[in-house]
Amino acid sequence: MQNISKILLILISILFLYGTSYASDDVNQETPKILKPGFSFEGPFGVFDRSELRRGYQVYSEVCSSCHSIDQLSFRNLIQKGGPEFSEEETKRIASQYTISDRFDDYGELIERKRLLSDRFPSPFPNKKAAMSANNGSYPPDLSLIVKARVGGHNYIYSLLSGYEETIPEGLEVSGILSYNPWYPGSAGIAMMQPLYDDLIEYSDGTPATINQMAYDVSVFLSWVSEPELEVRKKMGFVVIGFLIIFVILMYLSTRRLWKEVH
Amino acid sequence: MNNDYEYVPKNSFTRWLDTRLPILRFTNEHILQFPTPKNLNYFWTFGFILTFFLITQIITGVILAMHYAPNSLLAFDSIEHIMRDVNYGWLIRYAHSNGSSMFFLAVYIHMFRGLYYGSYKEPREVLWILGCIIYFLMIVTAFMGYVLPWGQMSYWAATVIINLVGTLPIIGDSLTQLLLGGFAVDNPTLNRFFSLHYLIPFIIFGLVFLHIWALHVPGNNNPTGVSIQGKQDTVAFHPYYTVKDFFAYIVFLLLFCYFIFYNPNALGHPDNYIEADPMLTPAHIVPEWYLLPFYAILRAVPDKLFGVLLMFGSIVVLFFLPWLDTMKVRSARYRPFYKMFFFIFVLDCLLLGYLGAQVPEGIYLLLSRVSTFYYFAFFILIMPALSRLEKPNPMPIGISNPAIDQNARLD
Amino acid sequence: MSDIPEDDKPSRRDFLYITTGTFGAVGAAAMVWPLVDQMNPDSSVKALSSIEVDISEVPEGGFLKVAWRGKPVYIRRRTAEEIIRAESEDKEDLPDPQNDADRVKKKEWLVVVGVCTHLGCIPIADRGDYDGWFCPCHGSHYDISGRIRKGPAPTNLEIPPYEFASDTVIKIG
Repeated sequence: MQNISKILLILISILFLYGTSYASDDVNQETPKILKPGFSFEGPFGVFDRSELRRGYQVYSEVCSSCHSIDQLSFRNLIQKGGPEFSEEETKRIASQYTISDRFDDYGELIERKRLLSDRFPSPFPNKKAAMSANNGSYPPDLSLIVKARVGGHNYIYSLLSGYEETIPEGLEVSGILSYNPWYPGSAGIAMMQPLYDDLIEYSDGTPATINQMAYDVSVFLSWVSEPELEVRKKMGFVVIGFLIIFVILMYLSTRRLWKEVH
Repeated sequence: MNNDYEYVPKNSFTRWLDTRLPILRFTNEHILQFPTPKNLNYFWTFGFILTFFLITQIITGVILAMHYAPNSLLAFDSIEHIMRDVNYGWLIRYAHSNGSSMFFLAVYIHMFRGLYYGSYKEPREVLWILGCIIYFLMIVTAFMGYVLPWGQMSYWAATVIINLVGTLPIIGDSLTQLLLGGFAVDNPTLNRFFSLHYLIPFIIFGLVFLHIWALHVPGNNNPTGVSIQGKQDTVAFHPYYTVKDFFAYIVFLLLFCYFIFYNPNALGHPDNYIEADPMLTPAHIVPEWYLLPFYAILRAVPDKLFGVLLMFGSIVVLFFLPWLDTMKVRSARYRPFYKMFFFIFVLDCLLLGYLGAQVPEGIYLLLSRVSTFYYFAFFILIMPALSRLEKPNPMPIGISNPAIDQNARLD
Repeated sequence: MSDIPEDDKPSRRDFLYITTGTFGAVGAAAMVWPLVDQMNPDSSVKALSSIEVDISEVPEGGFLKVAWRGKPVYIRRRTAEEIIRAESEDKEDLPDPQNDADRVKKKEWLVVVGVCTHLGCIPIADRGDYDGWFCPCHGSHYDISGRIRKGPAPTNLEIPPYEFASDTVIKIG
């Protein structure tokens, strides 16, 4: 056992070392510490809050979706367990607001049809070039994986969306078409203009739509979009690790009993 | 040695089979009855753990290949298809990606164990060299596998590493194009990497058999480094070591499962969730953690070609260990100076790993150079010097006999 | 010391070892399931396993050919005369006897999978001796109810599971 604890100690120190080295890697020294408002899906037993997810979806569809796509998401995902869990009728209605042309008629012309549950979410722009030309040459990134693709994850998204500042600190130059956001790595300015303002939208459940509230809700929604398996994963992990802990105790006892005969 | 554990077929079928395909004899002599030193500690369980992880990687890999599309236009989306649509796809993919980290973690412990207890010394030189080949192939496989998700890190890691080849004089450029199948990393590169990433693990699997074969000729080393002298020193591999190794494997599996279920992306890099863009390089390109020490060595040297040579040299030097360290006493237990330099070496490797993730400037660059120097000095200067100068401590006569061997010092 | 006497062995197979072994076996079995289940149709495939078809624009006597689970499905709007013909032929000597009424939910609409029951070719609509379908591969003739009348095919054209979601929408699957 002495050896195994030694090995574990080594493992943990290696992981800690590299964990910290990666974390310190990308964050600019001038960037302030990322805000951590606390989210329900953090921690080993974390689950998403349905009403936060639904409000977050509303923020996405009424604000973000005018520039940002969520290519990897299908409408059917809104129904599945562990997500916003909209009803099937509701989701069909959402899907049918969008059209798609993916089939040809007998004359070789594209047929336009309403989107179905099995279809993906539409992109706001037909292609990357169109997206860039509509946004002063900057490409609004797809948000399907944005939480996994940024250092700081959901906390970074929250900090960024709620952290736009009017006054630019002295000594920093931010060119005209860019906005200042202290959380944006590099701090030379972010191409996205401040997207959220108080009461920009009206929540269907009556929650006051403050900047922080909307930033929070949409961070929750985007976390789910990035990791739709999160709830299933953590639940399964609990069972698997629980099982393994019992098993490892049994294995330890068996090993000890077996080796007693030897020494 | 094997005579003590002679296999005798029990019935007419096994007797018939034994003269045609002695597979039961083989299993019996090399797995079940194989005489194993009874004093092996938990550092010796990693061979078993590694075998399991190789199998895990192969199985999850074959499954991922059923759903993955090795095409630069489809690769990124097909990974997301696996993560979102395929039944348990996220589990299998996270097991594969974190499995490679666990595999390397285990192989490093396995190698440091060999280094500490002198397991590479006569008569186990071939065993050690086979292990080095396996390790090198693991690096190649892991590197190619990292390219397959076709994220930003995938793309740029491939670009940077293949560009290293371009530093070679005369043949550099043509060799780079040969490897890439074009002038930059693109679809042909992805295709061949997929093909080779699928192939090499099976070569590794074959080499693992040779590795075990080479182990079973002289038998296991042990913490004392003293050779087996008779039956009193050994136990049968089964059940003693199958059970003990399996226990250790489950402990390791717990760590693995923690990563899969609770922190699946901790060992990866966020940039790899952005699809590859040949027109845009990420701010810092870093390899996976298990290759960081080599990356640090590469960047410690101002000259590009020399840096590449040193990086490869850091692996090549391992092959020559049995002839660099000629001290007869195997285990570091009885070599106080070697022991001290060994632990400095372990810290040095960890430091190199840390430095590999930093920008090579100022103090980091200086530290990289010092630790790179120590890395090579440990093998090329310290080992041969200690072989001549070090006076080992008194040693026991045998594994089961703790009495001090008065003649040991004369070795 | 390393040799365990033979008669000592049964005592080792005690409760602890059996429990541990059982746990190991259960764990291994549970681990195998995800590795097998990943081969089942994934959720993007399942999402397409049922389709909704708008039939409001099919003229009388016309038909719609749609793809369902990778196979063609014919949705045929039959004329009054065709319905009478199909029902009157119930009494004839059919290779696979079935009443027309049992093959439709609304008499006007016939929904059949367009795969010949012989060897899986796709029959052509409005052809053949019975003005239903004709399979060009080996000459099977189907009538206006999709029943096999002549040729090597053993059974009638398959009716997929479907329901009328509304008067103008059919949900297949």
